[in-house]
Amino acid sequence: MEPRTLFDKIWDAHMVKSVEGGPDVLYIDRHYIHEVTSPQAFNGLKQRCIGVFRPERTVATADHNIPTADQHLPIRDAVSRAQVEALEENCKAFGIEHFGIGHPNNGIVHVTGPELGYTLPGMTIVCGDSHTSTHGAFGTIAFGIGTSEVEMVLATQCLLQTRPARMRITVNGSLRRGVTSKDLILYIISSLSTGGATGCFVEYAGEAISQMSMESRMTVCNMSIEMGARGGLIAPDEVTFGYLSEIPAFSSNPDAIRLLEKWFSLRSDPGVVFDSELAFDASAVPPMITWGTNPGMGMAVNGTIPTEEGTDTESSSSYRKSLEYMGFKSGMKLLGHPVDYVFLGSCTNGRIEDLRAFAQMVEGRKKAPGVTVLIVPGSQQVARQAEKEGLSEIFRRAGFEMRQPGCSSCLAMNDDKIPPGKYAVSTSNRNFEGRQGPGARTILAGPLTAAAAALTGVITDPRKLLRNSD
Amino acid sequence: MKRTKFTILKSTCVPLPLANIDTDQIIPARFLSSTSREGFGKNLFRDWRYDKHGNKNEDFVLNRSEYTGSILVTGSNFGCGSSREHAVWAIADHGFRAVVSDSFADIFAGNALNNGLLPVVIPSDTLEKLTTMIILKPETVVTIDLGRQLLSVEAQGISVPFPVNPFRKECLLRGYDNIDYLLGMKDEIIAFEKRYSP
Repeated sequence: MEPRTLFDKIWDAHMVKSVEGGPDVLYIDRHYIHEVTSPQAFNGLKQRCIGVFRPERTVATADHNIPTADQHLPIRDAVSRAQVEALEENCKAFGIEHFGIGHPNNGIVHVTGPELGYTLPGMTIVCGDSHTSTHGAFGTIAFGIGTSEVEMVLATQCLLQTRPARMRITVNGSLRRGVTSKDLILYIISSLSTGGATGCFVEYAGEAISQMSMESRMTVCNMSIEMGARGGLIAPDEVTFGYLSEIPAFSSNPDAIRLLEKWFSLRSDPGVVFDSELAFDASAVPPMITWGTNPGMGMAVNGTIPTEEGTDTESSSSYRKSLEYMGFKSGMKLLGHPVDYVFLGSCTNGRIEDLRAFAQMVEGRKKAPGVTVLIVPGSQQVARQAEKEGLSEIFRRAGFEMRQPGCSSCLAMNDDKIPPGKYAVSTSNRNFEGRQGPGARTILAGPLTAAAAALTGVITDPRKLLRNSD
Repeated sequence: MKRTKFTILKSTCVPLPLANIDTDQIIPARFLSSTSREGFGKNLFRDWRYDKHGNKNEDFVLNRSEYTGSILVTGSNFGCGSSREHAVWAIADHGFRAVVSDSFADIFAGNALNNGLLPVVIPSDTLEKLTTMIILKPETVVTIDLGRQLLSVEAQGISVPFPVNPFRKECLLRGYDNIDYLLGMKDEIIAFEKRYSP
């Protein structure tokens, strides 16, 4: 048999049919839905007078527009409230499991899915959200879809998809102290650009990836979409199996042993040829920040904003537009630049490991005056764990706002907006114009760089604040 | 459900030559809180089209009376970022039927095709030429012939082929709906489920 990539093994196992001259019909194991991109899909089902084909394969959570304070009260914004209520009603009407606001399993869809054991190796997973790529960390084909496709999956459990090209990114060596997986992925994206992996599905491999925890791997896969990739995945290994064995829903599954054995074969065959191969040296990765208005516009925290040289006309108007929006200049250093807000959270960096890293740096220290620091756990489970470990107390003592789970300031569909013109160091995934509120200026970073900004009130190299024990 | 067919489109164009226009620019997240597919056009490119007080930015191309038509001509990697189909609904609701660029983000292109909005990929040098032409001569009429997969500007002697997946092309030409197609495959899907073991 021809050697195959991990991606192709999973794809082939889910191919219901290959349409002549067209896309494949792909069977979907797990479908996550949320309040913003599902209502129109349910309306479509109602118009067609059909039900949900396999309701047990879909799980719903409210996350995008929910408030992160006073979740026990009705949502003040009437339109958001209507969306959240529509999700609840649709799930009830169509027999779909639903974790609404305040439910112990509620949280950001890409945080709750893995932690509750709904995401398992070898699966095909979709959601009407581009950061569905997160689940690739478990060795799955996971990607974001539009609402018409949400309707397709609800109606038939299948999607029409063209097989993407395969790219492998190997990260050799180890990340240095003070450098997180978020820095690594920002580094890779800045090297490939925001559209550099369009049309591809990326497999991440190499020593640095093997050394990572599941949380760190999820951060890497999460941002695959920010270089245009359809998704990213990592072959499951002992780290994956260790993570899963801690999840009650999985460890109590009578099939667990058989599944684990099967998952050991989920890896790319030796000698398989990828459409493109890239390699990076982990030890060369510094703490990263972005300076522009797409995630490909990144640099070392102590670097200087690149100049316009060598860009074409179209890119050069985008370049100038982004600098003007950010209020920065070509060739400028950002170390020491004042910061107004710090946001720890999102499906990229809202997991317990991120809260731990942030807490370790800030413990016993105080927030800089004039900075607002929002800590938003990715899920109720993360919030409970943070409370139990005393992290929430560390945050409150430092003067930060400890919020309730949700997507929050990552896309500012709720009240957590950054005011116009203000600078936010954000652990989220997008620094697009207005992403965190109209006129808001986003500097993407990892949790350590964000913590350093929270303590100093300016862009700071987190390596300067590491303690001997860190 | 029946969809509007896409065969031949002849129109003037609206030029927006910026690279990496993300779906947050096409329709900001704060306008996604609706449960219907209609009415997103009024907020298309909201924060570029209007200032923070809601006044029109007269310089922005959608506010300039000389540029009209149902073809949007834009820059590389159009539609990157969030998977929100609202971006496609907003563009279509505003009256566009095709978007021309030298590359599109994958999810955006898929969403566009599912809504009868044609993403047309042409070579970068032709795109640059076409953009300049439209900016200088807004009355330029562009023809997009899906059947022949050709984009042409007769007055200028330009004619360039563009790729479309044959299945998607057939669906657009006939106004077929992908969900109907999949619903017609129920037996095959059930047969797959029987032989499939996770």
